[in-house]
Amino acid sequence: MTSLTAKYYDLEPHHHPEGASTGLGFWIYLMSDCLMFAVLFAVYGVLGNSYAAGPGPKDLFDLELVAINTGLLLFSSITFGFAMLAAQKGNKAGTLRWLWVTLGFGLAFLAVELYEFHHLIELGAGPWRSAFLSSFFALVGTHGLHVAFGSLWLIVLAVQIAQKGLIPANLRRMTCLSMFWHFLDVVWIGVFTFVYLIKMI
Amino acid sequence: MPFKLRWLGLSALTLVLMGCKSEVLDPAGPVALEQRDLLISSTLLMLIIIIPVMVLTVWFAWVYRAGNKAADYRPNWDHSTKLELVIWAAPLFIIISLGALTWVGTHMTDPYRPLAEDGKGQSLEGVEPLNVQVVALDWKWLFILPEEGVASVNELAVPVGRPVEFHLTSDSVMNAFYIPAMAGMIYAMPGMQTELNGLFDHAGTFQGTASHYSGAGFSGMKFKVHALDDKGFADWVAKAKQGAVLDSATYLALAEKSEKNPVAYYGQVEEGLFARAVNLCVIEGKMCQAEMMALDMKGGTGVATPLASLPGRNPALAQAGFVTGVCTVEELLAASLPERAPIPRTEPLLGHGLTLPGAPNPLATLPLSPSDL
Amino acid sequence: MAVTGPIETSLLFGRLTWDAIPTDPIVLATFAVVALGGGALFALLTWYRLWGYLWTEWFTSVDHKKIGIMYMILGLVMFVRGFADAVMMRLQQVLAFGGSEGYLNSHHYDQVFTAHGVIMIFFVAMPFVTGLMNYIVPLQIGARDVSFPFLNNFSFWMTVGGAVIIMASLFLGEFAQTGWLAFPPLSGITESPYVGVDYYIWGLQVAGVGTTLSGINLLVTIIKMRAPGMTIMKMPVFTWTALCTNVLIVASFPVLTMTLILLTLDRYVGTNFFTADLGGNAMMYVNLIWIWGHPEVYILILPLFGVYSEITATFSGKRLFGYSSMVYATVCITVLSYVVWLHHFFTMGSGASVNAFFGITTMVISIPTGAKIFNWLFTMYRGRVRFDLPMMWTLAFMLTFVIGGMTGVLLAVPPADFVLHNSLFLIAHFHNVIIGGVVFGTFAAITYWWPKAFGFTLDVFWGKVSFWLWVVGFWVAFAPLYVLGLMGVTRRMRVFDDPDLQIWFAIAAFGAVLIAGGILAMFIQFAVSIWKRNENRDVTGDPWDGRTLEWATSSPPPAYNFAFTPVIHDLDPWTEMKEKAVPRPTSGFLPIHMPKNTGAGVVLAGLATIVGMALIWYVWWLAAASFLALIGAAIAHTFNYNRDYHIPAEEVTRVEDARTRQLEA
Repeated sequence: MTSLTAKYYDLEPHHHPEGASTGLGFWIYLMSDCLMFAVLFAVYGVLGNSYAAGPGPKDLFDLELVAINTGLLLFSSITFGFAMLAAQKGNKAGTLRWLWVTLGFGLAFLAVELYEFHHLIELGAGPWRSAFLSSFFALVGTHGLHVAFGSLWLIVLAVQIAQKGLIPANLRRMTCLSMFWHFLDVVWIGVFTFVYLIKMI
Repeated sequence: MPFKLRWLGLSALTLVLMGCKSEVLDPAGPVALEQRDLLISSTLLMLIIIIPVMVLTVWFAWVYRAGNKAADYRPNWDHSTKLELVIWAAPLFIIISLGALTWVGTHMTDPYRPLAEDGKGQSLEGVEPLNVQVVALDWKWLFILPEEGVASVNELAVPVGRPVEFHLTSDSVMNAFYIPAMAGMIYAMPGMQTELNGLFDHAGTFQGTASHYSGAGFSGMKFKVHALDDKGFADWVAKAKQGAVLDSATYLALAEKSEKNPVAYYGQVEEGLFARAVNLCVIEGKMCQAEMMALDMKGGTGVATPLASLPGRNPALAQAGFVTGVCTVEELLAASLPERAPIPRTEPLLGHGLTLPGAPNPLATLPLSPSDL
Repeated sequence: MAVTGPIETSLLFGRLTWDAIPTDPIVLATFAVVALGGGALFALLTWYRLWGYLWTEWFTSVDHKKIGIMYMILGLVMFVRGFADAVMMRLQQVLAFGGSEGYLNSHHYDQVFTAHGVIMIFFVAMPFVTGLMNYIVPLQIGARDVSFPFLNNFSFWMTVGGAVIIMASLFLGEFAQTGWLAFPPLSGITESPYVGVDYYIWGLQVAGVGTTLSGINLLVTIIKMRAPGMTIMKMPVFTWTALCTNVLIVASFPVLTMTLILLTLDRYVGTNFFTADLGGNAMMYVNLIWIWGHPEVYILILPLFGVYSEITATFSGKRLFGYSSMVYATVCITVLSYVVWLHHFFTMGSGASVNAFFGITTMVISIPTGAKIFNWLFTMYRGRVRFDLPMMWTLAFMLTFVIGGMTGVLLAVPPADFVLHNSLFLIAHFHNVIIGGVVFGTFAAITYWWPKAFGFTLDVFWGKVSFWLWVVGFWVAFAPLYVLGLMGVTRRMRVFDDPDLQIWFAIAAFGAVLIAGGILAMFIQFAVSIWKRNENRDVTGDPWDGRTLEWATSSPPPAYNFAFTPVIHDLDPWTEMKEKAVPRPTSGFLPIHMPKNTGAGVVLAGLATIVGMALIWYVWWLAAASFLALIGAAIAHTFNYNRDYHIPAEEVTRVEDARTRQLEA
C-alpha cells in the first residue's frame, strides 16, 4: 500500500456515528411541515374575511378560552424541556415523569380545542358555513391533529424509554419529538396571533 | 407600432404557414395585431442568440470530434473570465431588450385598457364602445347586448370599427373567452367579472372559442363572430329582437348542461340579469355576492343566519346550502358595478393592477375584481 | 358513461357497485391485455420460483442502487401507459373531423388526456429523476448508502402505491376528467361527483408522501455523507443539480399536498375553499397549485442538466467548462423558480403590471439557462468529442431544447401569451422542453450509467435506431402542434370542424408512430443487450473514461459501494486518480456497517394504498381499519431497534480480491 493510496483513500475509516443525520433530516422535515402551515396561514389570510353573511370572529371566538389553551401548550413545552434535561442527565424516572406531565398538558389542550370546535358546530358555525370558517377549521384543526400525533408519539416513546432505557436511539427520538413539540408551540403562537388576536381587535 | 419588423417576420412565418388559415397571425383588429407583432419581434429578438447557439453546437461537435486529431485539445482548459462574461452578458442583453418590450407591450395590450385608436390611425377618443356581456354556460356562450336590449347564444355580431368592451363571467366552472383574430383571451370565472377590449377593423366572420377546458361539452363550445357594417349590425339586432324574452327562468333553463347548442336570439333581456349572473344570484331568493360582501365588511351577521337549501338544479349543491338575500336589482346594480376610473388610453406604464405610489386606488370600490385577491 | 346525479352509498361497499366496472370495449380490451400479461408474468415468476428472490433481494432492499433501478423500471412501465394515452389522443384528433365524433366519447377522451398528463409527470418523469438521483448521488459522493435507507425503500413503495391507485382507476370506476391540475370548480363535488377526482387526489397524495420523504432523504445525504475532501464546490455537477432539485422538492411538494388536502376537504367535508357560493375562491387553487407546479418543472429538468454536464465533460475528454458558473446558474434557477408561477395564468385578469412583472422574472430564468448551454458548448470546444449514444442524446437535447426554451420565453411575454395560452402552441412548447430535456436526458443517463449498474454496455445499433426514431419522431409529432397553436387551436379539444386542420393532426399522428418505433427499438435494445451481455461486458468499471467517483468502483458496484471511502482533492477525482495512477487498496479491509433489509416499507405503503382506495370509494370502515393498521404497523416498526449489520472483513476481502483478479485479467 503506497502513500498515494493513503492520500486518496480513507484507509482508517472514521465512523459515521449512528444516526448522525437524523437531527438534520428531522429539521428539514419540520421545515416542509412548516410550509404546509404557511399555505394554511395564507389561505386564512385570503379567506379570513369571507363570512358568507354568517358569523364572524367576534361572534365566535372566546379569547379567554384560547388564552387558557395557549397557556397549556406553552407549559407543555416547558415540561418537555424538563424531560429533555432529565434525559441528558440520564435520569430515566425523571424523564418519564416529565413526559407524562407534558402528555397531560397536550391532552388538556386537545380537550379544550375539541370543546371549542364542538361549540362552534353547535352554533351552526361549522367548517361548511363559510370560507372563513373553512380556513379556520383547517388551520387550527391541522395544528390540533399534529398535537394529537405528537401525543401518540409521546406515549410510544415513553413506553420505549421505559422498556429500553435512555439508549442513544431513544435519546435521538426524544430530540426529534422535542423539536416537533416546540415547533407546534411556535406554530400555535402564529395561530393565536393571526387567527384569534388580530380578528378580535 | 414601434418595431418595423412586422413585414419581415410576417413573411418568414407565412412561408411556414403557407396556405393555411392562421387566425393568430392574420389579425383583424388592432389588439390582435399588436399581440401578433410582439410575438414576431420577440421571436426575432431571441433568434439573435438561438441561431448562433445552434450553429456553434453543430460546429464545435464537428470540429472537435475525436477523429480530428488536428484540432486543438486542451483537456484542462475549463475557465475563461472573458468568455464567462460573454456567456452571461449575451442572454442578459437579450432579456433586457425583451423585458422592455414586454413591459410596454403588456400595458398597451392590457385587456382592461380602452382602445386608443382603431388600427387605421383614427383616434377613438369620444367613441362610445359597444358593451357586450358574456356568460360562459355549460357548454355555450351567452351574449347580452344591454344597450341594444338583445341577447344571443353561440353567435355574436359587432359593428366594424367600433370598439367592443366585453364584460365576462361564468355560470359554473372556469372558462376562457377567445376570438383569436380580434384580441387575446381572458378567463371567465364564476362569481368574478373580467373585462376585454377589442375591435374589428374589417368585416368578416371570425372564429370564437372556449380556450379553457370546461368539461364534457367543451369541444362544441364555439361561436361565430360577425363583424358587420353599421347597417348589417342594425339588421342583426333587428333579427335578434324577434327572439323570445330572456328572463331569469329562461336563463336558469339555458344554464343546464347541454352540448352543441344551436344559435338562439332573445329580443328582450331582463334588467340586471348579467349583474345577477356575476353575483351568483339569478336563483330567486339567493343572496347576491355583493350583498354578502357588504355584510362581511360589517363583520358578518352573527350566529343566527342559517343556510337555506336549494331545491332542484343540482343535488350536490343542495347539501352545501346557500344564504338567502333580500337585495333588489337596483341595489345590486348600484353595489356591484360602480364607475371605475378608466385606465388612460395611451399612457403606457399604467395598468389595471397597480397604481402609482400615492395615487388613490380606483378599484377600491369595485368588490368583484379578481385583482382584489 | 359519466356518472351524474346522486350516487348510492352502501355501508359495506361504499360507492362500489357492479356498474363501476367499465363496459367500454377499449377498456375491456386493455384489461384483457393487462390481465393476460400480468397473469403470464405472475406465472413465470412463480414457475421459476423468483418471488422469494425478488422479495429478499429487491422489494425489501434498502440498497440505494436497487431502489434506484426499481424507480427506473416503474418509470418505464408507466411510460408505456402514458404513451398509450398519447397515441389514443393523437388517433382521436386525427379522426374527429368532418362531422365525425372520432372513436372516443368525451367521458373517455377527457380521462385519457388527464391521465396522460398526471402519469407522465408524476409516475414517469418523477420516478426517472428520483431513480437517477438515488442510484448516482451516493456513488458520486463516495457514500455507502443514503442517510435513511429504510425511508428510501418506503418512499419508493409509496410512489408505487400512487401508481397502483392511478392504474386501478382504469378498471374500476373512472379517472378524473379535469385536466392534469384539476382546477376547481370543475374538480369540485358539484361538477365531478363521481370517483375520478378522488382517484386523482389520493393517487397523488400517496405518491407525494414518497416524493417528499425521498427529497428530504437525498438532501440530507448530500449535505451529510460526502466523502472527505469533497467540499461543496468540489461536488460533481450532477450532485449539485440533485441538491437543488431536492431543495425544490422539499420546498414545493408540501404546497401541493396542502392544496390537495383543501380540495379534498371541499369534496368530502363540504368546506368552501374553492367554491364560489359561500366566500371561497377558485383562483386561490390556481395560484397555490402553480406555486408547486412551477418549481416542479425545474425539479424535473435540473437533474437532467446535471446529467448533460457529466456526459459532455466525459465524452469531450475534458474538464467541464465554467464549473462555478454552472453551479451559480443552477442555484439561480432554483431560487427564481419560485417567483414565476403567475405566468401560467396571465389571462386570468391580473393587472398589466403584475403580468409584466411575472413575465420578466420568467425571462430572467433564461439567463442562467442560457449560460448553461454556453458552458456545454465551451466544454466541447478544444475537446475530443466522442459520439457515443449518451453524447448523441446530449447533442439532440441541445439542439431541441433551445427551441423549446425560445418558445417558452415567447409564452412568457404576456401579449403573446394572450393569444397562445391554452393553445396547442403551449402543448408543443412544454413537450419540447420535457421530451427534449427530461426524456432525452433520461435516455442519455440510462445509456451512460447502464454499464455501471449491470456490468455491460447497451447495444449500439438498436440504440441508434431508437435515437433517430425518437428525435425525428419528436419533431414530426410536435412541430405541427406549434403550427396549429398559431392557427388558434385550443388544447384538450375532442372534435374539430375545420377540415384544413386535419393534415396537421395527421402529420402529428405519424410522428407519434415514429416515437412508438423509438420506444420499441429501445426495449429491443434492452433485450438484445441483455442477450449479448457477454460480448459487451465491461470489467474495468469505467467504460467511458469517466471523471467522477462512481467510475472508481466495480460495475455493478458491491453492496457497500467502496471498500475504503475515497478522499477527494479535485473536482474530477477519478480523472485525477487515473492520471496519478493511484493504486487501488488491496488489503487491510475492515468490516463494513450496513443497514438491514426490511419489509416494513412494503407493508406500510400497501396499507396507505388501501386507505386511499377505501377513501375513494367511501368505504369508511375499511378506511378507518386500514388507517389504524397503518398507524399500528408504523408504531410496531419503531420497536425494531435491530436495523443494521456488519459485512465481515473476510467477505469484503473476498469481493475485493475478485475485483483485483478481474482488473488484472
